[in-house]
Amino acid sequence: MIDEGRALFVQIAESVEDSIVDGSLPEDTRAPSTNELAAFYRINPATAAKGVNMLVEKGVLVKRRGIGMFVAAGARESLRAERRAAFAARFIQPLLAEAHTLGLSADELAAMVRDQAAAHPTSTPEGGAR
Amino acid sequence: MTVVQVTDLVKRYKNAAALDGVSLTLQENVIYGLLGRNGAGKTTLMSILTAQNFATSGEVSVFGENPYENSRVLGRICFVRESQRYPDDARPVHAFRMAAMFFPHWNQDLADELIDAFQLPMKTRIKKLSRGQLSAVGVIIGLASRAELTFFDEPYLGLDAVARQIFYDRLLADYAEHPRTIVLSSHLIDEVADLIERVIVIDRGRIILDEETDAVRGRASTIIGDAVAVDAFTAGREVLHRESLGRVASATLLGELDTQDRAQLAASGLEVGAVSLQQLIVRLTQHDAESSVAASAAATTPAEGARR
Repeated sequence: MIDEGRALFVQIAESVEDSIVDGSLPEDTRAPSTNELAAFYRINPATAAKGVNMLVEKGVLVKRRGIGMFVAAGARESLRAERRAAFAARFIQPLLAEAHTLGLSADELAAMVRDQAAAHPTSTPEGGAR
Repeated sequence: MTVVQVTDLVKRYKNAAALDGVSLTLQENVIYGLLGRNGAGKTTLMSILTAQNFATSGEVSVFGENPYENSRVLGRICFVRESQRYPDDARPVHAFRMAAMFFPHWNQDLADELIDAFQLPMKTRIKKLSRGQLSAVGVIIGLASRAELTFFDEPYLGLDAVARQIFYDRLLADYAEHPRTIVLSSHLIDEVADLIERVIVIDRGRIILDEETDAVRGRASTIIGDAVAVDAFTAGREVLHRESLGRVASATLLGELDTQDRAQLAASGLEVGAVSLQQLIVRLTQHDAESSVAASAAATTPAEGARR
């Protein structure tokens, strides 16, 4: 799952964010510790710590003295807002580029998206619990 | 805190310099990867730091002192050599007993756990052990000694993939609970890339890279696509390697790509591939005519917006 080209600590931070966004790591619960992350992903604990610190600086995790890291209140909504803002650049632009190479218009693409959404009704507009 | 300080270290054998002006610092509680080709100087460097070899010139300080015949320093160091010798009739149990006496932080429980994990026969003479079992003896001593400064010189010879994974997992787990300075010399760069906090690359007796491993990730990328577009993009950049197949070229570039670069690449229909630490080090330490080929290839005329 580790992607060669990007800083590991960023990927570790993103994996924690993924769990917060998809709801498997709810707000106000204990987040995995640096050593747990290091053991699970088989990486250097200092690298894992850097990822965790990044999330603390971002306000996604909060440190509770003596007990560890917890998911901050409001973390999920702020992460979802952040990802929505990046959605076009991350997903739609590459999609449009590939569609363009294949000679698909934006309208045809939109129709394909609607068809797929109808065929796979799991993608509810709220995008909440699965 | 600084554990090791090396300044302008030179080691000359008859007519060749094994170490040619090495300066480096090792900090407390960091796992280092010491990487390089065979004969690059890795073992020479480690044996000088552990007082098993003499420097021709230069300064070496370990825990703030000269390590030679210095028992205060040597009791805090463990050097697991690739070709460790044991007395002819010694069995693993003897080697561990010796280690327990020598290393003040020796942990017998950890040693027992590891003996179990590696399924090491304790009563066979070390001479009769397989290469992998011999490596396991070294790995167990290296981990259970919990020395403040531990060197592993290619500790994996003969160990199969499962046994190597046991070593890496135990190393990380024990390090997490008992942080210490570890230097891991290895050829299996991809296997250790995620374990090491800093990477030191030694090439022909000189340090050519000494950086945080994470900072090195993303340092190089491979650009693939129409040869004209690839050459246009790589012009004026540092090309480590270039190859082509018909009209398609692939070039490995040194230097981080910014958002503007990525936009330009996307617009030219070029693909970007990641370069692993191993590939990067191979490119940095292979010496032949290829770099001049790359230099001439980079000088082709620019062509904006090549089609796919």
